[in-house]
Amino acid sequence: MPVVVYVESHNGVIKKAGLEVASYGRAIASATQTYLVAVTFNTDDASILNIHGVDKVYNINTKGDSFFNVDRYSASLVSIIENEKADIIVVSASADGRYLGPILAVGAQAAYFSNVVALPSSYDPLTVKRSCYTNKAFNKSVSNKRRAVISLSSNAFGLKEQPSSAENLEGEYSTSKSTLKVTAVDKVTDKVTIADADIVVSGGRGLKGPENWHLIEDLATVLGAATACSKPVSDMGWRPHSEHVGQTGKPVASNLYIAIGVSGAIQHLAGINSSKVKVVINNDPEAPFFKAADYGIVGDAFEVLPKLIEKLKAIKQ
Amino acid sequence: MNILVCISNVPDTTSKINFIDENKTFDTNGVQFIINPNDEFGLTRAIWLQQKSGAKVTVVTVGDVSCEAILRKCLAIGADQAIRIDTVPTDGFYVANQLADLCKKENYDLIIVGRESIDYNGAMVGGMLASLLSFPYVSNCIHLDLDGSTVSLQREIDGGKETLSANLPVILGAQKGLVEESDLIIPNMRGIMQARQKPLSIQSPSNIEAATTVEHFEKPNPKGPVKLIDANDVDSLIELLQNEAKVL
Ligand SMILES: Cc1cc2nc3c(=O)[nH]c(=O)nc-3n(C[C@H](O)[C@H](O)[C@H](O)COP(=O)(O)OP(=O)(O)OC[C@H]3O[C@@H](n4cnc5c(N)ncnc54)[C@H](O)[C@@H]3O)c2cc1C
Ligand SMILES: Nc1ncnc2c1ncn2[C@@H]1O[C@H](COP(=O)(O)O)[C@@H](O)[C@H]1O
Repeated sequence: MPVVVYVESHNGVIKKAGLEVASYGRAIASATQTYLVAVTFNTDDASILNIHGVDKVYNINTKGDSFFNVDRYSASLVSIIENEKADIIVVSASADGRYLGPILAVGAQAAYFSNVVALPSSYDPLTVKRSCYTNKAFNKSVSNKRRAVISLSSNAFGLKEQPSSAENLEGEYSTSKSTLKVTAVDKVTDKVTIADADIVVSGGRGLKGPENWHLIEDLATVLGAATACSKPVSDMGWRPHSEHVGQTGKPVASNLYIAIGVSGAIQHLAGINSSKVKVVINNDPEAPFFKAADYGIVGDAFEVLPKLIEKLKAIKQ
Repeated sequence: MNILVCISNVPDTTSKINFIDENKTFDTNGVQFIINPNDEFGLTRAIWLQQKSGAKVTVVTVGDVSCEAILRKCLAIGADQAIRIDTVPTDGFYVANQLADLCKKENYDLIIVGRESIDYNGAMVGGMLASLLSFPYVSNCIHLDLDGSTVSLQREIDGGKETLSANLPVILGAQKGLVEESDLIIPNMRGIMQARQKPLSIQSPSNIEAATTVEHFEKPNPKGPVKLIDANDVDSLIELLQNEAKVL
């Protein structure tokens, strides 16, 4: 029974998170001696999936319905899952993937596991490790159903290469009776999003005010990073809510998280803990963030940041 | 208009997370339980609809008697009545089915869940409930506008937002933005007194099999100490990030 992965693309181009679920799906398919099926929507060129071991690609053309319609996407996936008799389905932890996952699981009569951080430790019954208590713990969970949908945490598995030559098929875009319609999408396209970013640069109350945020933005620009902030910073309106990270904000699972003027409260750390490498810049050596970080500078952000930005610019040129 | 707000009883955000019983059970010793923060945003939005147009607000939790304290708090905040489905929740699918069976008996026009609970972190109950009832669902909801039987909603997506419309009944996954932190209602004495008189009914659970079972919990490995770099030596930081951590 094959593994099916839902590979997301944006403007026709497959996203990195899509390649990560393909890599993860490949590893499961190999471990269970089966083949790997990718399902993608409105992708211009799916050949990149041949680098990540996909055996079969269903590309679904939504014909003018350019928005993500969760009910129709789910129905389309269910029909492929049924046809292929797939037992394991993998989606990414993007906003759309996390929206789709539980709806798809019920539609496909599958168990659902979100925040999965590693390959299954067993396939009979399917057993996975997932994070819970907002990254303060993990649980080993077992499926009681024959079929399961896994939502893989960002950057938990990474990209793995394995050449393949996928068969390309056209998938059917299913209809749905739902009255739900997307009427508009408002997206900042020239900025890296927190969800997609390898590096996130985050500012806290220590930056004193919104007028100083050029420092955070300049550092993010030179690193190709996304910008984020602590909760009080967004509550005070210094930064938009969409940048608030932590237990009650967006989760961050980047490769590098740089926190500047952030004290490291338990609710902040909870949301960013699954980032691989953490750097803190804070003028108070007692700030709790130093206990959570891998690298730290005790110093004034207004002195350290300009130097850091300048040096990085010199290197990147 | 009938609104149902689904409430999850979770450990306070500052709680130390520990496990007992060979790591099979969460250690509630010394832990204070609160209304899941995302659910509280949703409850507040429901109370606004009650105040504006006389909507009736019911709160429900799937849980044992220990969950009644937060239900009373919801009543003190302004909910009209509370329901407790008397069982220990085992997974999101189990909870979604219990809630679906309640919704099939009652006619709710609007069902509000939190985007995600901060204990199980499934972000799954809302979508599953929607799928079980064939109702439209909007997760990560940051805006709600009602116009007769149609609703306009906004969903936060990666790097922006999306506007959606649907016909009632609708399920939405609340988060900050639907209302702001400063909008949250702190119960006053009158509210607390009134809450004691409001109905809190206890219902028996449906017979449902959970889709998943937690075998045990683990805590992350303790981390090594931070490497401190002199504030005048940003070169060393860059060098370490490039060659040791290999993230630049
Ligand atoms: C229910 C609940 C949920 C919450 N959820 C979240 C959440 O999701 N995310 C979140 O972030 N918070 C959350 N919080 C808030 C959290 O408890 C902290 O209050 C918050 O994270 C602190 O933000 P901060 O670090 O920016 O500010 P502060 O704690 O004020 O820290 C500022 C830091 O900047 C340093 N500093 C000052 N000047 C300088 C300088 N010139 N150079 C360098 N450093 C400097 C200071 O030493 C200090 O450590 C939540 C709280 C509650 C009660
Ligand atoms: N035991 C429960 N009783 C009632 N509602 C719940 C329960 N557990 C979760 N929910 C609702 O489902 C939302 C998402 O929870 P979860 O899927 O666990 O992240 C929560 O914010 C609640 O609104």
